Amino acid sequence: MALYNDIVMEHFMNPKNVGELENPDGSGTYGSPVCGDMMQIQIKVEDETIVDAKFKTFGCGSAIASSSMATSMIIGKTIEEALDITNKQIIDALGGLPPVKVHCSVLADRAIKNAIYDYAQKAGKTYAALEGYDPNEDEDEHDHGDIEE
Amino acid sequence: MRNVYLDYSATTPVKDEVLQEMIPYFTEKFGNPSSLYDKGLESRDAVSHAREQVAALIGAQPKEIFFTAGGTEADNWVVFGAADKLKAKGNHIITTKVEHHAMLHSCQFLEKQGFEVTYLDINEEGRVTPEMLEAAIRDNTILISIMMVNNEIGTVMAIQELAAVARAHGILFHTDAVQALGNVPINVKELGVDLMSMSAHKIYGPKGTGALYIRRGVHISNYLHGGAQEAKKRAGTENLTGIVGFGKAAEIAKRDFDKHVEHCRTLRNHLVERVLAEIPNTFVNGTMEHRHPGNASITFEYIEGEAILLFLNHAGISVSTGSACSSNSLEPSHVLTALGVPVEKIHGTVRFTIGDFTTMEDVDYVVDTLKNVVSRLREISSVNTQKGW
Repeated sequence: MALYNDIVMEHFMNPKNVGELENPDGSGTYGSPVCGDMMQIQIKVEDETIVDAKFKTFGCGSAIASSSMATSMIIGKTIEEALDITNKQIIDALGGLPPVKVHCSVLADRAIKNAIYDYAQKAGKTYAALEGYDPNEDEDEHDHGDIEE
Repeated sequence: MRNVYLDYSATTPVKDEVLQEMIPYFTEKFGNPSSLYDKGLESRDAVSHAREQVAALIGAQPKEIFFTAGGTEADNWVVFGAADKLKAKGNHIITTKVEHHAMLHSCQFLEKQGFEVTYLDINEEGRVTPEMLEAAIRDNTILISIMMVNNEIGTVMAIQELAAVARAHGILFHTDAVQALGNVPINVKELGVDLMSMSAHKIYGPKGTGALYIRRGVHISNYLHGGAQEAKKRAGTENLTGIVGFGKAAEIAKRDFDKHVEHCRTLRNHLVERVLAEIPNTFVNGTMEHRHPGNASITFEYIEGEAILLFLNHAGISVSTGSACSSNSLEPSHVLTALGVPVEKIHGTVRFTIGDFTTMEDVDYVVDTLKNVVSRLREISSVNTQKGW
């Protein structure tokens, strides 16, 4: 009898990697407060490996939980590996999200890509996975339900 | 863990006095009110008694009360019943942007069938003025429906003045009083309304029971067709236990009205004063002057409502949010949108509604918990006072 499973609740109630890095090598945001969710992810990169990541998120429970999970997943991974992370992997790692909440993990995946994009720009690097990537491209529209009283 | 329910506008628990009244009608007094033997007549008497109790609460005649399956059915009945009855006269309906979905979605359904609907804006207080209504009236207007108390921001509309405008034009006037019943004084004769929707479960009665007040002399088409129940206006075997419970709840609401209002208002004001004084970057939505005594709609800037709800729930506190992310809905509240609250702030809005079983200790516990929850979520948030939105 809960909106979210225990893994999601744990990452929401006790999120990992909250905060900001002093001198991030890459910084990305995605979403907007108007849409109800905005995520900022910062990364520290050494020898093409993400050695630290921090997030700040304005958003609902699953947005905060997926930020925590996404940052946990990319720490220790190479840039190429981090770019391969999909929404589905984030959702699976969280043990699933209610269908209406799936867009919250799309946010995390995009914020990671935007942080890496920023790193690539600054470091003058190119990655196949970022070819033609537009950090500001909107996410798709989603079906909306209603709750009543 | 402490359990604090602050969502009395969503629903209320059935009071023990009400439940005790209902119980015999589940078992030994189960007769069909339409049956002609004693067991049936006993049930019929019980329904009549409940009708008197509900009528007494709103200053109506018992014959003007028609029991329904709730507020939603009453609203639907009005919209479709008036549209059908008066379609030769016109096809224009006036309502507001802040009605319950039972009204809005019924009107939208009629629009698909060729009716025209004007959805009135609200002013900065959350109210519709008589001038705003007057300006929307057309020659072909057949129904005006304006809610008495808004379910999200608790604003009390000036129904008497608005009904007078309708009357001057000879147009039917309906009010959805689901949130108002038992919380603001209601006398249908003084208010001058033709039709009024009510619900039992908002006044410590059972769910699945409501009523429509139809002023004597007002005619709308039937909505449910079948047997001759409710003076041939609303078919279907009476929800006997529900109606008995509604009647008792109405009697208590009338008896304890002043005490109830004073209790809710005192605790609500304490909640609002403490939150505004102790948590920065918060504001109350809607006017404090014309307001449901138990309602506090508060926006917490830079954080999102569902996240607040989850933390409060973890602490045993039940509230609801105007947030897009609350449960199944991703749409920001239509009421807060109409009030002009910026969308990013609507997401951080929580509705607290206080009721008869709320205590001062409950309210203090909620505020103490809120202070921690809000500061924690603001630490996590990517927006804040320095960065701005």
